[in-house]
Amino acid sequence: MAEADYLTLTQAEAAFLTAAADTIIPADALSPSASQCGVIDFIDCELAGPYGEGARLYRDGPILKGKPEHGYQLGLSPREFFRQGIAAAETWTQARFGKSFAALDEAERQTVFTEIESGKAVFDNFDAREFFDALIAIVMEGFFADPYYGGNRDMAGWKMIGYPGLPADYQHAMEHQRGKRIALKPRSIGDYA
Amino acid sequence: MTTRLKRADAVIIGIGWSGSILARELTKAGLKVVGLERGKFRTPENDFALPYIRDELKYAVRQELILDPSLETMTLRHAPSETALPLRRFGAFMPGMGLGGAGTIWNGMTWRFTPWEHQLKSRIVERYGKSALADELTISDWAMSYDELEPYYDRFEKLCGTSGKAGNLQGRLIEGGNIFEGPRRSDYPNPPLTQSLGGELFAAAAKSLGYHPYPTPSANLSREYRNPEGALLNPTIFCGHCDRFGCATNSKASPNSTILPALLQEPLFELRTDSWATQIVYDKAARKATAVRYVDMTNGEEIEQPADIVLLCAYPFSNTKLLLLSGIGAAYDPATGRGAVGKNYCYQVTGNVPVFFEDEEINPFMATGANAMNIDDLNGDNFDHGDLGFFGGALIFASPVHGRPIMGRFTPPGTPRWGRAWKEATAKWYNHAFTVHASGANLAHRENYLDLDPTYRDKLGQPLVRMTYTFHDNDLKLSAYTTAKAAEIATAMKPTILGTPMPRRGNFNVVPYQSTHNTGGTIMGVDPKASVVNRYLQSWDADNLFVVGASNFPQNPGHPPTGAVGALAYWAADAITKRYLKTPSALVPA
Repeated sequence: MAEADYLTLTQAEAAFLTAAADTIIPADALSPSASQCGVIDFIDCELAGPYGEGARLYRDGPILKGKPEHGYQLGLSPREFFRQGIAAAETWTQARFGKSFAALDEAERQTVFTEIESGKAVFDNFDAREFFDALIAIVMEGFFADPYYGGNRDMAGWKMIGYPGLPADYQHAMEHQRGKRIALKPRSIGDYA
Repeated sequence: MTTRLKRADAVIIGIGWSGSILARELTKAGLKVVGLERGKFRTPENDFALPYIRDELKYAVRQELILDPSLETMTLRHAPSETALPLRRFGAFMPGMGLGGAGTIWNGMTWRFTPWEHQLKSRIVERYGKSALADELTISDWAMSYDELEPYYDRFEKLCGTSGKAGNLQGRLIEGGNIFEGPRRSDYPNPPLTQSLGGELFAAAAKSLGYHPYPTPSANLSREYRNPEGALLNPTIFCGHCDRFGCATNSKASPNSTILPALLQEPLFELRTDSWATQIVYDKAARKATAVRYVDMTNGEEIEQPADIVLLCAYPFSNTKLLLLSGIGAAYDPATGRGAVGKNYCYQVTGNVPVFFEDEEINPFMATGANAMNIDDLNGDNFDHGDLGFFGGALIFASPVHGRPIMGRFTPPGTPRWGRAWKEATAKWYNHAFTVHASGANLAHRENYLDLDPTYRDKLGQPLVRMTYTFHDNDLKLSAYTTAKAAEIATAMKPTILGTPMPRRGNFNVVPYQSTHNTGGTIMGVDPKASVVNRYLQSWDADNLFVVGASNFPQNPGHPPTGAVGALAYWAADAITKRYLKTPSALVPA
């Protein structure tokens, strides 16, 4: 995909996110991979929009380091957060493997994630675990949000778990199908809009 | 330049549950009422309609109907010696914003507090002795008894069309209802909802252990119901989109569905949305609130609305903040124990245990926010606290609340968060899991309180509210005990896999969602030095100022707060229309 096809991601960022998202949600019998389900487009749209710009985020200073119980305490918008986090992850990956993250094979990518989770991977000037937590969160959002947002293509995420989507009217089912498998063809906002 | 408007009979700050009930009752008494609401105008038809309301990303994850932290948030420190930092995003709790307030986006659990919860301090002292109670617990009794508030609980249930089963009808205990509740004059206006499979599994296990399960009193309705305000409410469709959403089908009672349709037609009521109250103008010598200053958020204009009566009906943080900004009453000082504004801020001490059933189709998406089976056997003082080392207890309950796919997926302990093993576990268990919850009481603590932050400011440049708050000894012991009991019931359900019991440990953490049951800061009481309002929720410092809401609770019981919030609003409305208007003065001598 050419760089111009993204709203805000650079080609290098998109390559990182594709490799990362497809390690978090790889293709198998249960679903296509995250990127095949549109998750990178989802992330691009989210980071290019109000959320990425820091809507609904209190950003006033002073910016101080808190305890983990204080939650997010950086002054960065999500767009800035992912830009800096991806750069820090790439720098660390280059130092560790001599290649970019997207050039790693799946086993190597899994090693990176495992080392981040265990605390072994320490990025320069960026909290590797905070970055990875946010990365997992936005990939899951893309995989499970309504397809309206560009991810969860063909409702693959919903089909994987058996979530029926819209209109979510279970008045009859509650009386007659409680405890039984609800085998509804899932529907999304786009099916009704 | 401040524009000064023509005097109103009453001005109300915040049009959520309390504000809309008081506006309705005061206009019925013939008063001309102005309602100031900081958020946007909203109606179910325009703002909560299908299909766009079924958008988990927008409403649940990005929190569209929640207070925008970039406008206003709070700061938190765990002890008075620390520096507070802002909650940059909301996680642990979700303050509402917009017409209807948190009443729009709640789950619909509509409990009454029990007679014991109304007299919590004196009943603990009576049973266990004064020496059993740690000095650091600054708990107190409510300023009115359960029996006094009972008719008002009843009114709020009839407004909501609460669906449930009585457990104590005029003193007669009824099996299948909550036998630990106070006597009620009448049964719920509607029968309980059809129970979920998860709720039934919990109830059977609880019963086998000798407990007394009963269905949640629910403001998600079990059948069509026309309330006393003429609003037509529909039976719930179990859509799984209650908390953080507005209701698309008018089957969750909210200010928007139960009372605003009538109130907005009332010529004596004038609603001003986008109106952020910044100060109550206070004449200290006369002990009167004379006006409310607010900012029109559409153009930044400052406006002053004079009124004979001022009603502060916002969320606990805002009620406390406005009194502090306006210099009304003495700010609480934890070092000396003097002052009352900001005192006894409390939260909910929650715990939970996930359960996994390989052979049961749980269908977690087929749910409402307030449809569970519950026990009160381990709540309040319904069990002997003799050597437990804590007071209070927890409501323990279970049912799927929602199965929304971004936020409602459970996997067994040890499952990775990503990769093929995560996929397999998620696909396998999504439809086979739910959680047993413990909603624990939070007894007031000397060092848990609200004041104004010295550093961080809101969008208008005013100080943020600073929470000094954490879980103390009583809370941690309560959570460990009640979560362990919840795990015993979960075990008796014979799940394929029992999840890891998660009581509260360590400090209060603002990240994981726990509860939006924030209380205190403007507590009621009988002592003007130790409380902010008297038993009629009238300010001790200004007799024409009434402060109404969960901010009045002296501590937070295990039961959810909204039933009591509604009851207090009707109680205050009666006090104003039947007592105060006859003789506008202090209803309780200070």
